[in-house]
Amino acid sequence: MPSNIILVLNKLWDSFKDLLPIIFVIAFFQIIVLQQPLPNFVEVFFGSIMVVFGLMLFVQGLEMGLFPIGENMAQALARKGSLSWLLIFAFLLGFSTTVAEPALIAVSAEAAEIAAVGGLISSTQESMKSYAFGLRISVAFSVGIAILIGVLRIIRGWPIHYLIISGYILVILMTLIAPKEIIGIAFDAGGVTTSTITVPLVAALGVGLASIIKGRSPLLDGFGLIAFASLLPMIFVMGYGLIIF
Amino acid sequence: MNFIFDAGAVLLATIRDILPILLLIIGFQLFVLRQPIPQLRRLIVGGIYVVIGLAMFLIGLEKALFPVGKIMAAQLADPTLLGGGNIELVDWTAYGWVYLFAALIGFSTTIAEPSLLAVAIKAGEISSGVISPWGLRITVAIGVAIGIALGTFRIVTGTPLHFYIIIGYIVIVLQTFITPKKMIALAYDSGGVTTSTVTVPLVAALGLGLSDAVPGRNPAIDGFGLIAFASLFPIITVMGYAQISHWFVNNSLKKRSKGENK
Repeated sequence: MPSNIILVLNKLWDSFKDLLPIIFVIAFFQIIVLQQPLPNFVEVFFGSIMVVFGLMLFVQGLEMGLFPIGENMAQALARKGSLSWLLIFAFLLGFSTTVAEPALIAVSAEAAEIAAVGGLISSTQESMKSYAFGLRISVAFSVGIAILIGVLRIIRGWPIHYLIISGYILVILMTLIAPKEIIGIAFDAGGVTTSTITVPLVAALGVGLASIIKGRSPLLDGFGLIAFASLLPMIFVMGYGLIIF
Repeated sequence: MNFIFDAGAVLLATIRDILPILLLIIGFQLFVLRQPIPQLRRLIVGGIYVVIGLAMFLIGLEKALFPVGKIMAAQLADPTLLGGGNIELVDWTAYGWVYLFAALIGFSTTIAEPSLLAVAIKAGEISSGVISPWGLRITVAIGVAIGIALGTFRIVTGTPLHFYIIIGYIVIVLQTFITPKKMIALAYDSGGVTTSTVTVPLVAALGLGLSDAVPGRNPAIDGFGLIAFASLFPIITVMGYAQISHWFVNNSLKKRSKGENK
């Protein structure tokens, strides 16, 4: 079956393309600027292959199963017209996709290590795990709430900038009272949450809703869910920091 | 042997991570929509792919992207590269290569980002051609490049993160009032879509490695924040781009109507 092989190679190339610019920039710096080889090159090389293959399988798996069903479901629920089910679905969708987000898993584990080295939490495996898990759960919870608010906005037609600006004000207020060790990771959490899984499913929900409700344009009102999903985690993670430190 | 054990543990953990989303989809399909699951076999095979793929990705991340980010940061901030042992290391101007590296990583990964391409095409449709997909992609990439470079500058100088963020917010709020309404939601979203699964860990590691290498910086306080910059600045540059191209179109329309009046 040569066509299958070509398909697999195509998919591999797609996920390799994500890595390509990084390889170029790093190679340029190692060869021209630093003029020294990368230490433990072999391990990095195999690690990169794992990253490419892993990402390919991950995206392929999502496209096979979860994405089509999730998209159909978002549209079916929007058509069904039951507001409470729609809001419950929006919250759970935001929550569960964020829990599975690879970048968030990696960064929260890193954050736990840094916090342990810095002496903020005790450096046992247990407390690091529970700190990383707590981070992820607060981010996931906040993304759930964010998608819920975003869906309400699309239904009610609220203008987006008032919500975003009040979000900004809340973030600034939280910054004043949050412990300063949590501020960096909290601000980062906003950008980390929205990648591979969350963006396609959430965008499908937004566009599906906006195309069904009268007077909403899918192009105009479909956008904006991601913006909430990157704003609220900052507020919630700072809240988590207030509780834990 | 150790490696196999580690891989097993990662696999178990990823199954746990995927479980909520599976439960959600199956639960809603069966109990709320009351429909059988279409193409159950595909869902199962896809689910297995997702779990294995995620586990491999996380292991590879640990072996490749995190170490590379930290090593690059350490090498670029090395006193011998910065000009021979004894220079005053608190001077932020010495770290020029670090800023360049940060900006290039930001720019190149953003230009190649597939989800940004999708958004850029949609933006072209919304603005009925005023915003060109290429123009938007370059604008966002410049935003990310400036953002990450400024973020590394902040780590080197150790200034508090929230000052930068608050000033960024004020700029965004002011811009919101003069940006064409259609573009606002899109501009807000462009901040979130730029940072992909591969870029985020690398940039995070860069920040942590840098705060480790620059004397007097504490990773716990100074190490994070690069991703925040990378999601803030595209919003500013995209709104700026929307304003400028809007202004240009209006201007040429006015000129044309003036010419017709004469």
